[in-house]
Amino acid sequence: MKQFFSFVKKEFYHITRDKRTLFILLVMPVAQILIFGFALTNEVKNSAIAILDQSKDEASTELIREIDASDYFTIEKQLSSYKEIEPEFRKGKIKMVLVFPQRFSEDLRHFNAAQIQLISDASDPNVANTINSYASSIIIDYQNRINTDLKLPYTIKTEYRMLYNPQLKGAYSFVPGVMSMILLLICTMMTAITIVKEKEIGTMEVMLVSPVKPLKIVVAKAVPYLLLSVINICSILLLSVFALDVPVNGSITLLLLESILFTLTSLALGLLISTGTDSQQTAMFISLTGMFLPTVMLSGFMFPIENMPWALQMISNIVPAKWYYIIVKSVMIKGVGFFAIWKETLILAGMMLFLLALSIKKFKIRLA
Amino acid sequence: MRTLKFLLQKEFRQIFRDPAMLRIIFLMPMMQLLFLPLAADYEMKNIKLSIVDLDNSSYSRQLVSKITASSYFQLTGFSSSYKTAMTDIEEDRSDLILTIPSRFEKDLVRDNENTLFMSVNAINGVKANLGGAYLGTIIQDFNREVRLKWIQFPRMNPEPVVDVTYSNWFNPLMNYKHFMVPGILVVLVTMVGSFLATLNIVKEKEIGTIEQINVTPIKRHYFILGKLIPFWILGMMILSIGLLIARIVYGISPLGHFYVIYIFAAVYLLAILGLGLLISNYTSNQQQAMLISFFLMMVFILLSGLYTSIDSMPYWARMLTRLNPVTYFVDVMRLVVLKGSGLKDISSHLLTMLGFGLVLNGWAVLSYHKRN
Repeated sequence: MKQFFSFVKKEFYHITRDKRTLFILLVMPVAQILIFGFALTNEVKNSAIAILDQSKDEASTELIREIDASDYFTIEKQLSSYKEIEPEFRKGKIKMVLVFPQRFSEDLRHFNAAQIQLISDASDPNVANTINSYASSIIIDYQNRINTDLKLPYTIKTEYRMLYNPQLKGAYSFVPGVMSMILLLICTMMTAITIVKEKEIGTMEVMLVSPVKPLKIVVAKAVPYLLLSVINICSILLLSVFALDVPVNGSITLLLLESILFTLTSLALGLLISTGTDSQQTAMFISLTGMFLPTVMLSGFMFPIENMPWALQMISNIVPAKWYYIIVKSVMIKGVGFFAIWKETLILAGMMLFLLALSIKKFKIRLA
Repeated sequence: MRTLKFLLQKEFRQIFRDPAMLRIIFLMPMMQLLFLPLAADYEMKNIKLSIVDLDNSSYSRQLVSKITASSYFQLTGFSSSYKTAMTDIEEDRSDLILTIPSRFEKDLVRDNENTLFMSVNAINGVKANLGGAYLGTIIQDFNREVRLKWIQFPRMNPEPVVDVTYSNWFNPLMNYKHFMVPGILVVLVTMVGSFLATLNIVKEKEIGTIEQINVTPIKRHYFILGKLIPFWILGMMILSIGLLIARIVYGISPLGHFYVIYIFAAVYLLAILGLGLLISNYTSNQQQAMLISFFLMMVFILLSGLYTSIDSMPYWARMLTRLNPVTYFVDVMRLVVLKGSGLKDISSHLLTMLGFGLVLNGWAVLSYHKRN
């Protein structure tokens, strides 16, 4: 045991002596959670649109004013002919063009039917869909307002209740996501690199010829990073509560324990990467380039997993961040207890043990 | 010029002598391009729905069968009370609860109106909004059917109606892959290029070989160029393979000209590699370099407009994206691939990127000192 602690001490020296790295490790998660927490949202707001108003009458002017007044749209330009639409889209700024035909007001008043054409830039299908529905709901509101005196019989109303996130804030789903991403990438990368670094500069050999068990060496390497991660978890949680207004509705102890479990899984993953590589470059390349995009895209916080093709849904099951994301969402925002997430916890624990066992098995005492 | 030739020779040898690394450099991005775009789909299908039907009348059953007939919803089951349905939501088995109150049908007929209750898991606000809206539309349709049974509508609209028609340009089938593949390719090219460039000089520092170069008469800008060119070529190769994959696997060929993409990519890679070299100059070991580069890349990529729309970001973040080279390339790729934009349309992006390239590389040359 004394041996082990002196190894842990050595690792702490490694970390604290490189002040710059330590600084980055502690400041980076804070900066990222702030930047992403405030800036990332999959809401669609302030879309730049253009108007092609061929009637310029009372009704069209009023509708345009209402669209301009909403948060969803910013009227960027007035066009005067159809020919201008395509070049405008090609420049990329305008997302939608509203076309009012001639005699819009008159049609509406005399025939009780008038047309509006919404032409959207569907190169981003999500934005196109969303702004189409925003625009049409503004138009329907307008229509309902000019018809207030008419009341239809047998009306079914629907009352909505938005659970957990009544203001529909983006941070509620992005904070847990960014949290899992940052913890996973930093822990995996740092463990992989410190071990490979010892291989690269040759000090690994010195340790391997000593009477210390290789397992101890490796575990000692993980301890400081575990501690560092706990500090990071705390700072991330503090920020999300006090700066981003994302609540912790469940038990904080449970959340911390689950986070430590996830950190251990990431450390085990880093360990596994380090056993298979022998240059820092390769280790970093695998842990960042190899894991960044899959984590972002398959953990479920950017794109809903249930929409993916079956094969990808299966693959997403081996992404540890997916399970942690579910856990954080459940504990932090839904405020549920352990009974609701025991399955996810078990899966993470299983992953950790599997990764650990595999890397111990692959760990070579002899250098090639 | 001869110096540069030898420097390049050295760099290429270094790259090719590590075949394991070379394999990873090419295989990893390609693998990701092959399967990740399939994951990117915001379209809501299979929204999990729990129904609490307290009425159990013919109307409520008609409504339920109408909802289950649509492809958006997947019925998880009927619950006898709101409370049991709520545990479904807590345990992620369900996204949405529709409660049909008791005496729904009778009261609708008697009072001329009645209310349904919908509870949505809104942690993901957009999903909640869309799911609620879909269900709302189905309920309105149902409402119309009910009314038709009771009253006869006149032929002309009894009230003014604004008829909205939609046309979706550039991507009429609303195929998300056409939007994501070009963007993901940009990210892959960026990550490979910048990480490699960042680690390169600092590695020479760490193992000490930089001393050997410092004592030679090699000029500073030759040294930087020697580091830049090999990764520039690698980046262009990955881009080309990626475009090929986009063509063969996803059937995406740019509406615009390839040369527009290549001209922009050439300038873009200069800027991104220059940034990498700059980081390399200011750090003393690979760990630091990696962490800084990782931090910047994560910010660049997540704020590039690849996944979330830039227009919706707060003002300061939108200003930040103007300093983000990835934003420009993602934008240009999409413009050229989906809309067929030409050099003239993207000229301002191109000039900005040229500016980035000159500043970053100039800085990298100036900050490289031959003395310790």
